[in-house]
Amino acid sequence: MALGPIFGVLFDGLAYGMLLFLLSVGLSVTLGMMNFVNLAHCAFAMLGGYVTVTLTKVYGWPFLATLPLAFLAAATASVAFERTLYRRLYRASELDQVLLTIGLAFMSVATAAYLFGTIQQPVETPSYLRGSVNVMGLTFGLYRLFLVAVGLTIALLLLLTLEYTRFGATVRAAVDNQRMARGLGINVDGAFAVTFALGSGLAGLGGALAIEIVGLDPAFAFTYLVYVLIVVSVGGLGSIGGSLAAAVVIGISDMAGKYYFPALGAFLIYLVMVAVLMWRPTGLFGRR
Amino acid sequence: MAVPSSAAFDPKLYLQAQTRWHPIEIAFWLATLLPFLLFPNHLVLASQIAITALFALSLDLILGYAGIVSLGHAAFFGLGAYTAGILSKYGWGEPVVGLVIAPAVAGLAGYASSFIIARFRHLTLIMITMGLGFLLHEAANSAEWLTGGSDGLQGVRIGPLLGLFRFDLYGYTAYAYSLLVLFLVFLATRRLINSPFGLSLRGIRENLTRMPAIGAPSHSHIRKIYTMSAVIAGIAGAMLAHTTSTVSLGVLDFQRSAEVLIILVLGGTGRLYGGLVGAIIFMVARDQFSGIAPQYWYFWIGVLLVTVVMLLPNGVLGGLAQLAARWRGGSS
Repeated sequence: MALGPIFGVLFDGLAYGMLLFLLSVGLSVTLGMMNFVNLAHCAFAMLGGYVTVTLTKVYGWPFLATLPLAFLAAATASVAFERTLYRRLYRASELDQVLLTIGLAFMSVATAAYLFGTIQQPVETPSYLRGSVNVMGLTFGLYRLFLVAVGLTIALLLLLTLEYTRFGATVRAAVDNQRMARGLGINVDGAFAVTFALGSGLAGLGGALAIEIVGLDPAFAFTYLVYVLIVVSVGGLGSIGGSLAAAVVIGISDMAGKYYFPALGAFLIYLVMVAVLMWRPTGLFGRR
Repeated sequence: MAVPSSAAFDPKLYLQAQTRWHPIEIAFWLATLLPFLLFPNHLVLASQIAITALFALSLDLILGYAGIVSLGHAAFFGLGAYTAGILSKYGWGEPVVGLVIAPAVAGLAGYASSFIIARFRHLTLIMITMGLGFLLHEAANSAEWLTGGSDGLQGVRIGPLLGLFRFDLYGYTAYAYSLLVLFLVFLATRRLINSPFGLSLRGIRENLTRMPAIGAPSHSHIRKIYTMSAVIAGIAGAMLAHTTSTVSLGVLDFQRSAEVLIILVLGGTGRLYGGLVGAIIFMVARDQFSGIAPQYWYFWIGVLLVTVVMLLPNGVLGGLAQLAARWRGGSS
């Protein structure tokens, strides 16, 4: 049946897209709020990945139990950096922000290489997430199903938080018009710190979940930074729905590209990104 | 920066005052000859420093003078290197030929992309330059029939310079060649920067929207300087291919774009000498550190970056200028 491979590519692409969504949604929202170019975002994701690897391998924790800790570790680390370094550069030029965060990313790569070596880190997933199920003649990998479920749940939670809570309203106000929000007495810096922690935490969670699919080595901080930036710029800054849509589109087209035109490599993805940016500099779903 | 009050009113006098050679500059260029006498064993490193300095100088033209932040400048460096390498593979190993054709190719690519570059600023510009850089890297990676892909270009054969000077093991020819080219290009850029065109570039850096209002066409200026910068980056790339006789995908990758940015910012942007000083510090430091622990070199680059951004916002040269100003202010 010819439908099998097409469906397989679509499903794998969807799962991969969910991963990209988790990795990039935090950057999208923080960029939209503060216009802060954080190229060290994937370093926090990598931290989450290494927390999970260490806890499962050295301390024998079950895989699922390590996920909240991956989230917490990345969130805590990001708050520490935000309070000490990042906040001084909110009003600096984007060049300074880029340089500072590239510097942090370089340091994270070298530190990871020092602590864990440059080899790929394996992770032990529990037996109930291995294997696959057959539904109507189509095969679903269990782990990928799990990824899609986690991604969709988090996207839904984020959207509901943003739409229906007071904190969400603060964040929306700060994204729409930061100066006006400040003028109305909204604590933009405080809201930003929380959003930043949340976003980095989600990246950490994404990093932990990504090991099974794409592996984990010290280069992670840069390899996936590119994908994350593509998702953010295609989806538009500060938009959760946009990030989700862009992540799924990029995930599926990357999978399809690798499956049908392996010679082109990642060429297609970069082409899509440049074309979208030239057509709509604020991204497909960007408002500004 | 303090401008002499008499010159402030006459733009011609101001430009003349700027073009005058300062004794420190003359001393700097004389000092570049010292490696021949003092470090004859490190001439290969010295030639790599000169090439990196030229590459950083090309970035300074767009970043320091026109305010274009590029994270994909290695694209032009790589184009120059690959063009020179491929030419030599097909029998055109004479460096001077490569030094003409490679920058032309890089310049054409620069001109083509300058139409995109001139339209965007800020974050979008960073993303687009980065995207174009990755695009070219992927293209070179997949075009194995031309570039050799990830194995690097095979069969690069560089002939003796002008048919007379062979590129020797100790790097005498390499350093003399790269230093000479660096100096000539530097003279040209120095002339360019201290021209009315150079002044209007600085105006664009300070305020993009106001410049057209006083009659300076921002977009066409940006296109011109971007093309020139691409040409110079192409020259640097071609020289790398000539002096090392190897071309690999590394000439195009993101790390190289990031590194040259770091070098320039370390030295100080918008001062012409920034890239040169930055290249000397960076390359010597890398040479020393990678002797100890090559895999952790990036950690120290990171520390360096954070320190420069936090403590030396105008780079080493900016810091020195500040010190000199304070010392002068204190003594008078």
